[in-house]
Parts: sequence; structure tokens; C-alpha cells
Amino acid sequence: MLVLEKVSFAIDSEKEILKDINLTIDSGKLIAITGPNGGGKSTLARIIAGVVKPTKGKIFFKGKDITVLGITERAKMGISFGFQQPVRFKGITAHDLINIAAGKPLTTHDASYYLSEVGLCAKDYIHREMNDKLSGGEIKRIEIATIIARNTTLSIFDEPEAGIDLWSFNHLIDVFKKMHSGKEGSIIIISHQERILEVADEIIAMVNGEIVQQGSKELVLPELLNCSDPKSCLYCKDILEGEES
Amino acid sequence: MNDITKALMKQVTGLDELPEGAYNVREDSKSVARQSSENIDIVSKTDKSGIDIIVKPNTPSEYVYIPALVSCGGITDLVYNDFFIGENADVTVVAGCGVSTGDSCDGSEHNGIHRFFLGKNSRVKYVEKHIGVGEGTGKRVINPETVVEQEEGSFMLMETTQIKGVDSTERITKAILKENATLVIKEKLMTHGQQTAVSKFEVDMNGKDSSVNLISRSVAREHSKQTFISKITGNTQCMGHSECDAIIMDHGVVSAIPQITANSVEATLIHEAAIGKIAGDQMIKLMTLGLTEGEAEAKIIEGFLN
Repeated sequence: MLVLEKVSFAIDSEKEILKDINLTIDSGKLIAITGPNGGGKSTLARIIAGVVKPTKGKIFFKGKDITVLGITERAKMGISFGFQQPVRFKGITAHDLINIAAGKPLTTHDASYYLSEVGLCAKDYIHREMNDKLSGGEIKRIEIATIIARNTTLSIFDEPEAGIDLWSFNHLIDVFKKMHSGKEGSIIIISHQERILEVADEIIAMVNGEIVQQGSKELVLPELLNCSDPKSCLYCKDILEGEES
Repeated sequence: MNDITKALMKQVTGLDELPEGAYNVREDSKSVARQSSENIDIVSKTDKSGIDIIVKPNTPSEYVYIPALVSCGGITDLVYNDFFIGENADVTVVAGCGVSTGDSCDGSEHNGIHRFFLGKNSRVKYVEKHIGVGEGTGKRVINPETVVEQEEGSFMLMETTQIKGVDSTERITKAILKENATLVIKEKLMTHGQQTAVSKFEVDMNGKDSSVNLISRSVAREHSKQTFISKITGNTQCMGHSECDAIIMDHGVVSAIPQITANSVEATLIHEAAIGKIAGDQMIKLMTLGLTEGEAEAKIIEGFLN
């Protein structure tokens, strides 16, 4: 369904953020991308969504070359993208955003369904503005609700767990499980969370702009979590630094 | 009323026909329809053009409509309207002005001077829309001046809207607040073409625990220019807040000039101003939801001015 052929991305022709990425994502899969900060994960997600264009390589979606297509065209073809840092708007409510995501005006009742899906009390949030009065966790869950409302062939989430408290996080896992079981579409989740990696069909580990490991969770997860030399391993180092802070 | 006036009235007040209750419709410098109600008396001024709107004390939530409409080019209208709000009364005033130049190259202009005298513990919601229409090349000008004097415990909410259409506007709002009086002003403004808009606020908080909250949202497109001047003075224990949020597009220019003066150590005064173009992330977010660039821009502005 999604194929990346030798995709590279460089800034000023010098610093290569992504290096010759080859990746195929089949229909109906839940893929987790993990790896240290600065490894290129978010850039890869943004390249798939069309937010940035690759400096080399091609991207195919549903068999069509979408490399030169813009964000809107890709969105209309069925790619959704949940931001790591959701964007805030003055005067645009959660209901407005869900309507835009669904592509049609929904009744309050119907729009509320999506907020309930992400564990928000719909009546408290449906008319709330998406402004800076919402907490990081609240706006993140509304962001995820908009992706569910889009119900597209490919949904990409960039660190959905960021800013979400532990209680909500447990619910979040259920949200992804439900999305995964309910349709043929594929889900890509960029995450550092072991519990998200556990529910994935396949895990991709990225380090320094390259895919260093890819495979089933049974194959990749034990290796990721039981590293023989964690101090010199970039991935483990990242986890360790996270724990220290 | 002619068809242009009827259309303007619909845009300014939302009404298709004359309402029940109190109203005064001003068309091309003359009162053309008027009705008082049991609690709201509307009478002509004898010394100058305009009306007195007298609301009886203890009036329970009632509406009064006072649209001023200029239906053709070449008219310069000047009106003085005074509102006397009795103690404990609760009234919504739907005002506003529509100016049309028709197909004339002569300009049309409306200058409205409104004075509000709010009695103790009264409540006023003042809704004002400014509309400019017409294919003519004449300038559409609206200059409103609003003067508010609030007695103890009174509350006033002013909602003013001017979206495109008006070539030049200079708005002046002055208020004096006594003890426990609250004033909330919400201004929405969009200018385009070569339009200019100046909005000046001057609020004196003289009474203990009085407060003012002034919120201005504006969009300046093309070559239009806006100036926002707010002067808030706290003379006692009081709370003042003003916020100017502006989006600039194309070659639009916005100036925000705040002046907050605390003449008492118990006065708390805050001014916030943010001027900038539409954030790139906002556009990208809405485009990832399937909107085109143009649709995303329109949605952001619609929400911002909502």
C-alpha cells in the first residue's frame, strides 16, 4: 500500500536526515517506528504526509507515485497525520476540527463519539476552542480523535504518547488496538513506548537516518530491549537518558 | 424602506421585518420607523438629530433595535443617541450601521455618537455591526463614538463587528467605571483593499473592584491599515486587561499601541498584543485534514473572527 524507494532527505545538501530508506507497508498492518531522538523518525512521517519533500527517492501510495503531490492531495487520497505537538487555533472548536476531519458537518452527538473514543467527556470538550487553554494531554487526545474521524487508509501518529498521562495512556493502547482491528487500513506509530511496540505487527528501528532493524515484534523487540551493550547503543542510550531525566 | 435599506437592515440586525418591542430605524438621516415599549421609551432629541432611549428601572431582559442605514451616495449622516438605563434593568441593544453608495461615485458617511448612562446594577449587551455595500466608487465611511458611564455594580458587554466593506473608520470608545462596575468589549475587524481603521479605547476605572476586559481580534488584508490604541487607567483597586490579536496578510499593516496606567498600587493592569501572519503549522494541520490551502486560510480566519 505504501512503498518508499531510496528516500533521502538532506538539509542544505549536507546534513542527511534520511539515507536511502526503502520501506514497504502492507494493508492492515500496525507498524511501530522507534529509535533514538534525531534518528529521522519524525522526518520520515512528515515525508509520507507530504509536509516535507524528499531530496531523493520516490514514494508510492496505493500504487501511485505521490512523490510530488502536496499535503492536501495526499490527505484526500487517504493519508492522515497526527502531530507530535498538536497545533492550537483561536476560535476553532473541537467540533469544528472533527467536522473538517470527517469531511462533512456532524451533529454534536456524532462528533462527540470521537471524543469519547479517546477518553474525553464529550460534553465538556465538544465546544472547547483548540486554544492554549487546553492542556497538552487534552489537545493530544483531540488530535487523535480527528485522525479516527478521518478513517483513512493510512494513519500516521508521531509520538502519540507524548504529553499523555499514565491513565490516558492505557486507554490510548486500546484506541490503537480498536483502530487496528476495525479496518483494512494501516497505522504507523512513532513511539518510544514499549507497550505500543508490543501491540505492533512489525517494528522498525531507525538510527542516524537509516533503518537498522525491521521485522516482527517477536524478532525485533527482544533484541531492542535486551541489548548486549546498552552504553554504546544509540537506542538504549536514548532510553537511559530518558530515565535519568 | 427601499430594497437597499431592507437588505442593509437584515445584515445589521438579522431582522427581515420590523420587530416586536422597541425600535427606531434611521434611514438616510431620518427616523423612518419607531416604536416604544412599556419599559423602553424612545423620543426624538429637540436640539439635534438623534434620539433618547430611556429604559425603566427593573426592566427584565428586553431588546431594543436602533439600526442606522445610509442607502445611497452623497449622504453624510450625523446622529446623537443617548441611552439612559434604569437601575437593575437588563437590556440588549442591537445597533449598527449599514452604508451603501449604490452605484454612485459620491461617498456615504455615518457618524454615530452613542452615550450610555448605566444605572446601579443594570446590565447592557450592546451589539453593533458595521456593513458597507454598493458598487459605486464613492468611499464608505463609518465613525462611531461610544461614551459609557457605569454606576455601581453595572455590567456592559459591547460586541462590535466590522467585516470588510467600510473604506474608512475611526472608532472611539470611552468609559468611566464606578465601584464593582464591569465592562467587557469584544471587537472584530477585517479590512481589505486600501481600507483604514483606527480604534481608540479610553477606560478609567475609578471605583473599587471595577474591571475592564478588552479583546480585539482583527485581520488586515491586501494594503489595508489598522491602528489599535488602548488607554486603560486604574485609579483604585481594580482589574484591567486588554488583548490585541491581529493577523496580517498580503501587505496589511497593524499597529497596536497600549497605554496602561496604574495610579494605585492595588490596580492590576495587563496588556497583551500579538500581530503576525497565519502560523504555517495551522495551515499544514488543516491541509493534512484534507483542506486546500485557500480553504485552510479561510477556516483559520473564520475561527479567529468568530
